[in-house]
Amino acid sequence: MAEPLQSANPGRVGIMSQRWLIPKFAHKTSVRLLTVGLVVGVSACMPRPQTLTVSAGAGLADAFAEIAGAFEAANPGLTVELNLASSGVLAQQIRQGAAVDVYASASETIMDDLEADGFLVTGTRQDIAEDRLVLIAPLESSVPSSLADLSDVPRVAIGELELVPVGMYAQQSLQTLGLWDQLEGKLVYGESVLQVLAWVETGEVSAGVVYAADAQASGRVRVVAELPPESHEPIRFPIAVVRGTHAPEMAEQFVAFVTGPEGQAILARHGFRSPGEAMR
Amino acid sequence: MWGPVWLSLRVAAFATTLVLVVGTGLGWLLAHRQFPGKHVLETAIYLPLVLPPTVVGFLLLMVVGRNGLLGMLTGMGLTFTLAGAVLASTVVALPLMVQTARAAIVEVNPELEQAAAVMGASRWKILWLVTLPLAQRGIATGAVLSYARALGEFGATLMVAGNIPGRTQTVPLAIYTAVQTNDMMRANALVLVMTAIAFVIVWVTQNFNGKDET
Repeated sequence: MAEPLQSANPGRVGIMSQRWLIPKFAHKTSVRLLTVGLVVGVSACMPRPQTLTVSAGAGLADAFAEIAGAFEAANPGLTVELNLASSGVLAQQIRQGAAVDVYASASETIMDDLEADGFLVTGTRQDIAEDRLVLIAPLESSVPSSLADLSDVPRVAIGELELVPVGMYAQQSLQTLGLWDQLEGKLVYGESVLQVLAWVETGEVSAGVVYAADAQASGRVRVVAELPPESHEPIRFPIAVVRGTHAPEMAEQFVAFVTGPEGQAILARHGFRSPGEAMR
Repeated sequence: MWGPVWLSLRVAAFATTLVLVVGTGLGWLLAHRQFPGKHVLETAIYLPLVLPPTVVGFLLLMVVGRNGLLGMLTGMGLTFTLAGAVLASTVVALPLMVQTARAAIVEVNPELEQAAAVMGASRWKILWLVTLPLAQRGIATGAVLSYARALGEFGATLMVAGNIPGRTQTVPLAIYTAVQTNDMMRANALVLVMTAIAFVIVWVTQNFNGKDET
């Protein structure tokens, strides 16, 4: 692009050219800025195939951070962006058109609904892990020492009941065990399993219900008891490619990686059971 | 649907009562007294106006959380309680009250206060019978604005009091949850109620100011 000052012809600096000099300069500058802005803006909006966005339920956070790193290492030039929240919130984002390539959920029910409504690529759904529920308490506490002790503590945290699968499972389990009615008045509801975990770690609540894997990974909570697996629907973590993906091949490769030996080994190291194992 | 509305109105009423007493007192202090650290105090009071609510929430947790100052002293905190929600609303509404109360008290003609003093009125009597009555319109405006701000508090409330339906879930939190769970009917209804309340509040304060001009 020509320099605006040179194009103003310095040999003939008449009134006209002076009058037009400033607007011309300003005009060209703003056009340049606009062009730069457009190019930057458009390129930022354009799908970049080297980035894969993976929405994963918060309970999978640590394991998926490691899986993402391993997948990046196996695919140079590729970046995996993790989007972590409760599985219900992530599903809601997908329904509203969020640019997500892969969705890993902590709930079969939520996945079923997404699948039924056509938000997933058919045939890509697979189970990647299973888990169980545990009752946890702060490390330095002595009560509760059993599920029955829950009646003696002032405050118990579980996941929110509509969006956070660990809350849904906890509700089912406590209802089956006949504890729900007496506990309901002292429950506080976390936005994700990680918040429940954090509340117990910091002692804000006296007990909480989380996944066994997250309790193990934390190391800063005391596992009081396991909630009977038959008291709630099986906790399975399904994964699938999201229909709106801009990189279907890469997304399918990621799913294959998670279900493959390397991904499964990482999940096992983070305390998850392999599909079909938790109910045995 | 009316649960969160009723809860919000109550939380804001408690918070406004606190703010009215503390805020008017601080407004008077800042208007009439010189003391070391006055600017620091003033700045600290106004901070919640500009700080992100999450910062206010974090600082409150450090003070009244189970692991905070209060927790260490008494073994219990205000987290997940109605009192926590009231406190969060109070702290964010306080600057509005202090600002308006201070301005109103400064505008009271000092000669009237001096006249009362000459006639032998005690400092408290002057405050009750001269200063506050003359500043009442500004103080009332401050209270109404504080009520509105307390009603709309979200971030600090979420962090300190949680989002417990029926106990600490105020209207802003209920709207957030309704949108997240795709319950748009509920969100719509709550937004309408909230907007109507806010409209009435702003209308009332405008009316105060209108009377000022006549």
